[in-house]
Amino acid sequence: MKILNCPLNGPRPLQEFQFGGEVREMPDPDRVSDEEWADYVFQRSGEPGVKREWWYHIASGTWFIAERNNQTDETLRTYLPGSE
Amino acid sequence: MPYRLLKFGFSKHYPEQRMFRSPTVLKGEYDTVVIGGGGHGLAAAYYLARDHGVTDVAVLEKGYIGSGGTGRNTAIVRSNYLTPEGARFYDASLQLFRDLSRDLNLNLFYSERGHFTLAHSPASLRTQRWRAETNKHLGIESEIVGPEFIKEAVPEIDLNCGGQAPIHGALFHPPGAIARHDAVAWGYARGADGLGVEIHQQTPVTGIEVEDGRVVGVHTDKGFIQTRRVLSAVAGWTTHITKMVGLRTPLVIHPLQAAVTEPLKPWLDHIVVSAGLHLYVSQSSRGELVTGASLDPYELISTRSTLDFAEGLSGHLLDLFPCLADVKLLRQWGGLSDMTPDFSPIMGTTDVQGFYIDAGWGTWGFKATPISGKTMAFTVAEERDHELIRPFRLSRFREFRLVGEKGAASVGH
Repeated sequence: MKILNCPLNGPRPLQEFQFGGEVREMPDPDRVSDEEWADYVFQRSGEPGVKREWWYHIASGTWFIAERNNQTDETLRTYLPGSE
Repeated sequence: MPYRLLKFGFSKHYPEQRMFRSPTVLKGEYDTVVIGGGGHGLAAAYYLARDHGVTDVAVLEKGYIGSGGTGRNTAIVRSNYLTPEGARFYDASLQLFRDLSRDLNLNLFYSERGHFTLAHSPASLRTQRWRAETNKHLGIESEIVGPEFIKEAVPEIDLNCGGQAPIHGALFHPPGAIARHDAVAWGYARGADGLGVEIHQQTPVTGIEVEDGRVVGVHTDKGFIQTRRVLSAVAGWTTHITKMVGLRTPLVIHPLQAAVTEPLKPWLDHIVVSAGLHLYVSQSSRGELVTGASLDPYELISTRSTLDFAEGLSGHLLDLFPCLADVKLLRQWGGLSDMTPDFSPIMGTTDVQGFYIDAGWGTWGFKATPISGKTMAFTVAEERDHELIRPFRLSRFREFRLVGEKGAASVGH
């Protein structure tokens, strides 16, 4: 069974988590062009490598960030947002 | 086929001729390079040579042909999509599939079974009706049927699904078919090879050379190739390739798993799909039940398979067919799905001149093999998007013109 380390609750089985997608900075919608906004809304960096991703621990309602290699599925570290 | 076998039995020439050549030397220059020796890439090469006279083509495949999504899908062909753009496109593919065995002179075991998409709620039945009406308008056989009709066609089904998710009706699509997916790749490979296309297996692409916004060549592990036209037809590996030319796409890669059971005597004529239970199942000509479920729940560029999947799949399969309780799973595998936000593919010209993309095949690529080959061949040869695939262009995302096909994805994702 695959284990993910929740920064609050420690190692827990993967079934207790939900994937929230890559961490992306939202540009100010009032100041960007339509094209830049479309880029933020739709485009992703789906290429292989280590990604910063949102994960959610369902049982405790905790959102946190994981640094994970999307080819080997190894998680390098997990931390709460703002505590890196 | 038996006649052919008999002739071969009396022949003095053994072994039989290979289906295609395996050139050992890569030339320094090709008119067109196709990256990816799956169904889509090989079909494009075949139609480029046959319909457009472009025979100086190299197909570069990093593994062996058909080793990606082509050989890993559950081989379902249907055209009962939700959007007119999608339905028209997939129906053109289905029409090509019908004649493809003759066209390629290879038995693809194309077998029209009738395709049920079960609805477990009134809301789901509403979407099915919407699909049926869109389909009928476009001349595609598709209708809403009640539980009695389903029970008569598939007597083994439990209409109550163990009391969990009673079946309210279904979308029935008589032309829904299954085919032998490997043979599609082999048939196109042989056809293309016979017309002069070179197929290079075990030849990974390591880079793409772009000068002044135009493709000028491709780096491989066997050397550099000069070319002005590159077609990327690598589905789940697309983000590797687009990175080489600096193109942004919305693609994210998820694994999609599937499994087969041990072979059984023929009992399931139809293809049964349930979005509510995240399940699709059909019986192959070998007797195995070919079955799959929804995408893995997080991004991963890997074809590993999991026990979670086998457990979930078996549970849902038993909800629908309790009679399978003693049947064993024989094999389980994973493939890569390059998912788009609107569940439609990404096809055609791009901002990089001479770089053509055939991607975003998510969970719906196999059925589109012939038509994507045909339309991409046109697009590469004419250097403009074929009319059928214009709605699927990459630039639709910056124009906010998505083609929302989620309602017709075969399972809920």
